Amino acid sequence: MEVLPRFEVVRPSTVAAAIAAHQGGQASRFVAGGTDLMVNLRHGLGTPERLIDLRHIPALCTIATENGGMTIGAAVTLAEILAHPEIRHRYPALATAAGAVGAPAHREAATIGGNLCLDTRCVFYNRSAWAREANGFCLKHRGETCHVAPTGQRCHAAFSGDLAPALLVYGATIEIAGEASLRRVPLSDLYAEDGAAHLRLAPNELLTRIYLPPDPWPALYAKARARGAIDFPLAGVAVALRAEAGEVVGLRAALTGTNPRPFLLAGVEALHGERLDESWLDRLGKLVQKQVSPMRTTLLAAQYRRRVASALARRLAAALGGMTAEGGAAA
Amino acid sequence: MQRDPPSSQVKIRRFRLNGRMRDVLVADSTLLVETLRETFGLTGTKQGCDGGECGACTVLIDGKPRLACLTRTEECEGRDVETIEGLAKNGRMSRLQRAFHERLGTQCGYCTPGMIMAAEGLLRRNPMPDAAAIRAALAGNLCRCTGYVKIIEAVEEAARQAP
Ligand SMILES: Cc1cc2nc3c(=O)[nH]c(=O)nc-3n(C[C@H](O)[C@H](O)[C@H](O)COP(=O)(O)OP(=O)(O)OC[C@H]3O[C@@H](n4cnc5c(N)ncnc54)[C@H](O)[C@@H]3O)c2cc1C
Ligand code: SF4
Ligand code: FES
Ligand code: FES
Repeated sequence: MEVLPRFEVVRPSTVAAAIAAHQGGQASRFVAGGTDLMVNLRHGLGTPERLIDLRHIPALCTIATENGGMTIGAAVTLAEILAHPEIRHRYPALATAAGAVGAPAHREAATIGGNLCLDTRCVFYNRSAWAREANGFCLKHRGETCHVAPTGQRCHAAFSGDLAPALLVYGATIEIAGEASLRRVPLSDLYAEDGAAHLRLAPNELLTRIYLPPDPWPALYAKARARGAIDFPLAGVAVALRAEAGEVVGLRAALTGTNPRPFLLAGVEALHGERLDESWLDRLGKLVQKQVSPMRTTLLAAQYRRRVASALARRLAAALGGMTAEGGAAA
Repeated sequence: MQRDPPSSQVKIRRFRLNGRMRDVLVADSTLLVETLRETFGLTGTKQGCDGGECGACTVLIDGKPRLACLTRTEECEGRDVETIEGLAKNGRMSRLQRAFHERLGTQCGYCTPGMIMAAEGLLRRNPMPDAAAIRAALAGNLCRCTGYVKIIEAVEEAARQAP
């Protein structure tokens, strides 16, 4: 039995050495927990000659409190995030999202960096090589047409990582290291609305750190999925909300699982300065319905994912509104 | 695909396997489930799916549950790997193995090694788990036979039999 394509593994101990080990293009791939990459390689999605293991770089494996906020190394595992008391206490939506990924054995290996750089997903893509070949492959990998929207020239595979929406509503920024560059950008700048090229990252660029700003707003995360574990989100929603005297003074919402990229909901300012009531929730729900664009990339209907995304956003905002109205946890 | 891998991709890796230090000559691209089953003949660890979906390959690495079908053998270097074969001591089944047998937590048996290793990881962390904690710890292990109820009962029984 031989399951994977042949490759060598290198184990750099610094970020600079990891980037230097990259041969450019798709011949080299970074790997962290491997819970996404190994599955894809088993399916013949890529034939790298070299894997560069990031878990031996101490600088990427630490969680620190800095300037009132927190810094998480890209190779920190989801199990480590879940077990971290300060993250659970101050950034609960992130802990919820980490605990909603896969099952315990996945989370022991899976990393936050791998979760943010996760490949996009589609029923025509995440399947064995022979099944894809029998179907003439598809636009995203080796083929000519998209089986989801055959008349178009775009891939609609959905970004399905659970952590991105929680990090987006907390206002996280990321550090990206390249051959001769180091830049710090908002997390949303990592993504583009294209299922076949959703990461704005050169092949030899590395996501190194995730920064959570101080004074997080009260926030929650929830996802819809077919089973209570293992499954990727059909839609995942994070909401952060600040209210004063029953009036919404700050709102952020972010989504995953519905579009080729995770994104912050636009136009939420229109909901500021108002009482959080049923009609306010209706307007939030409509805003979500308008901006998500699920396609037939999952076994469940696209229309279901549109409606469940909207319902989850309403539910989370209502819960946060109730909490802050009672003047409790949110102060 | 059956060519021998280039020598740069084959190395001797040393790790502890069920309590014994072992050296194995292995390609970087070899998965732990392949090494366990085919090099060491430890066929208790099962391959039940296309990768990552079923939990049948669950083993413990440094005491934590990991999927042997997504883990490269190379990653285990210097670490402590435990499989279902390591649980029985001097021919006596472990308390989890006994409880699965006595409480009918196993039928066809295919999921059982993975279930028991995931449960073993739980009991070392949390010796008296409630049913919710057991369900959460076994959430990644699929079973086509038992309907799960007997599996939960078996783990509860094993916890009561604390050594
Ligand atoms: C059965 C199953 C269920 C799953 N369920 C979920 C789920 O519910 N929710 C969810 O979000 N995910 C899920 N996953 C996917 C995966 O386990 C997680 O997303 C995990 O966090 C990925 O992290 P990793 O370290 O294992 O990534 P890897 O597989 O190591 O890497 C993933 C990708 O990111 C790249 N990469 C990794 N680190 C970096 C970096 N620092 N800089 C640049 N590129 C990098 C790799 O090259 C690769 O392309 C599931 C996987 C399986 C097999
Ligand atoms: S959306 Fe279309 S192009 Fe993209 S993975 Fe699915 S079938 Fe392929
Ligand atoms: S064999 Fe199914 S999860 Fe490993
Ligand atoms: S006993 Fe048959 S799969 Fe669980």
